Amino acid sequence: MARSVTTRHKTIATVAAWIVALLIFFPILYTIITSFKSEQEAIQGFNLIPSGTFESYSEVQAQSGYFKFFLNSVILSVGSTILALLVAIPAAWSMAFSPTKRTKDILMWMLSTKMMPAVAVLFPIYLIFRNLGLLDSRIGLMVMLMLINLPIVVWMLYTYFREIPGEILEAARMDGASLWNEIIYVLTPMAVPGIASTMLLNIILAWNEAFWTIRLTTTDAAPLTAFISSFSSPQGLFWAKLSAASTLAIAPILIMGWFSQKQLVRGLTFGAVK
Amino acid sequence: MKLRTLILGLCSTSALAFAAHAESITIATVNNGDMVRMQKLTDDFTKANPDIQLNWVTLEENVLRERVTTDIATKGGQYDVMTIGTYEVPIWAKQSWLLPLDKLGDDYDVKDIIPAIAGGLSVDGKLYAAPFYGESSFVMYRKDLMDKAGLKMPDAPTWDFIKQAADKMTDRANGVNGVCLRGKAGWGENMAFLTAMSNSFGARWFDENWKPQFDQPEWKNTLQFYVDLMKADGPEGASSNGFNENLALFQQGKCGMWIDATVAASFVSDPKNSTVADKVGYALAPDNGLGKRGNWLWAWSLAIPAGTKKADAAEKFVSWATSKHYAELVASKEGWANVPPGTRSSLYANPEYQKAAPFAKMTLDSINAADPTHPTVKPVPYVGVQFVAIPEFQGLGTTVGQLFSAALAGQSSVDDALKQAQDAATAAMTEGGYIK
Repeated sequence: MARSVTTRHKTIATVAAWIVALLIFFPILYTIITSFKSEQEAIQGFNLIPSGTFESYSEVQAQSGYFKFFLNSVILSVGSTILALLVAIPAAWSMAFSPTKRTKDILMWMLSTKMMPAVAVLFPIYLIFRNLGLLDSRIGLMVMLMLINLPIVVWMLYTYFREIPGEILEAARMDGASLWNEIIYVLTPMAVPGIASTMLLNIILAWNEAFWTIRLTTTDAAPLTAFISSFSSPQGLFWAKLSAASTLAIAPILIMGWFSQKQLVRGLTFGAVK
Repeated sequence: MKLRTLILGLCSTSALAFAAHAESITIATVNNGDMVRMQKLTDDFTKANPDIQLNWVTLEENVLRERVTTDIATKGGQYDVMTIGTYEVPIWAKQSWLLPLDKLGDDYDVKDIIPAIAGGLSVDGKLYAAPFYGESSFVMYRKDLMDKAGLKMPDAPTWDFIKQAADKMTDRANGVNGVCLRGKAGWGENMAFLTAMSNSFGARWFDENWKPQFDQPEWKNTLQFYVDLMKADGPEGASSNGFNENLALFQQGKCGMWIDATVAASFVSDPKNSTVADKVGYALAPDNGLGKRGNWLWAWSLAIPAGTKKADAAEKFVSWATSKHYAELVASKEGWANVPPGTRSSLYANPEYQKAAPFAKMTLDSINAADPTHPTVKPVPYVGVQFVAIPEFQGLGTTVGQLFSAALAGQSSVDDALKQAQDAATAAMTEGGYIK
């Protein structure tokens, strides 16, 4: 009896999970389906069976070269993630293993910067970029993306580092390890799962960032967010082309997320049940 | 072998020297059919001007507006040519943010630009932007449904006729709405339509002393008529509908009439995308016999920011893209129907264009019926038909648009929406120093 109840619960939970997953994924699925329709099909209401044309993809590629934007997206997301880790690992170490009275306040303050609407600082940031000659430069945007995501990266790493027993680091110190040796040879290898999931999440966040990547670039540093934006039109229906551009833009990060989902989930739930 | 190497080396050196010499200009533009077509045809320009390279930045309209405003206000210098609308030109020209276009060339023929369009792009008699394509608004209607209703659309209908026709054409059982109008909130969305409509009802945003006028009976008549008409004969969820949503409805045969941009005529009459392509008729925007029609005037135009270091190259490009030669180039490659409309009188005098675009005459008549310098029945201190050319209008227009959209959705009454609009406009005008 008890076993059948458990089985029934499991079945219900599985069905519910599938329904929720489908609901969440449906907008992406419909975008992909629409990308294989003609423009006329795309506006003729809800239809899950496309004619299977590749016309939109070829037009999108002909209109604005995809690979230039793709390359910029890769450079910006990976570059900003490396920069963020270089700053965040020492910061998280000091907060986790050498906390002060104000550590919690600093962490909260860092997080509070994420609550400010980005548009509020658009003009100051734009002027700084203009004066430093960083407008439409990859390096400028890399630093910007690093700064945007830094609070989350520090918070995540801080949470992982707190899970590592301090005694291990003490033992390393007893053996004569310097501070940098301790961070590089002892702490970092032990926190690899956490660092990896932080890295993946940061790449996803940087890849999807649209406010600054559109506003601080023109041609040379423009990533895929600018590529999608160029297909949005207030006068004229280009839904199939817009869907093809969106599919091309999200495909790489979707595939990466699919293959690394175990690592991501493990990292995100690390320490959650403690 | 040595000779070949030498020649190749010389070629490479020349190419490098040429590339180093070439001047590149960056053009910010919107994504629509005409602009995309221009990008495809730029070989014609670069062949004639091999020392100028073109870089394109295509953005969604609102993002483009925000980006170019940020850039021009901070003198960021990211763009050498900007695609801007009739709203920005007078404001930016007065701020000295734009260069006057006085070197467009001897064969450019400035006088050929349609006077109503040129008037909206000039300040103190100087042209600050060259129109790439222009538009007004008019009535697009289903001839078959009009016949079925036993009515005949006049060339210049009144609002009462529109109401009568909409009532008769509405057939909810078959999914036909008598009329489709913009309801989505935004200064360039529902407020473009409602401001133009209010002109024909004798309303105005401000009196001569910048006092807001939403508490006057003309605005009450406008908004009440609009809400009643849409409730009786409009599509469901009309408060979310903008240009694209109504275009889709009309193309699918779900609208008896649609009053919107003249540029839509080429979409609804295109058999590739429209199920009613051969059944569409056109008429001027309605009026109430007060001397003003409910049509707007807009032109996407190319302007040169004052901060550019490549003004000469930029002006060469602007001259090419808005010339008669460009119109002929498009006609030769893609047919006359695809020539950017609404900018040059000569295009409308061309019999080939008249033949290819059956809506040509009505488009020109609509453009000529709009006067941005005298947009309303009563006098006003501003220019602009469907907008008020002051910097505060974008924010205020969107706020009022949200209030009117809520009235259409039934979330507030017409009276409440107008009262709140009056309060919002008074606050914005006081803050801006227009009134005390």
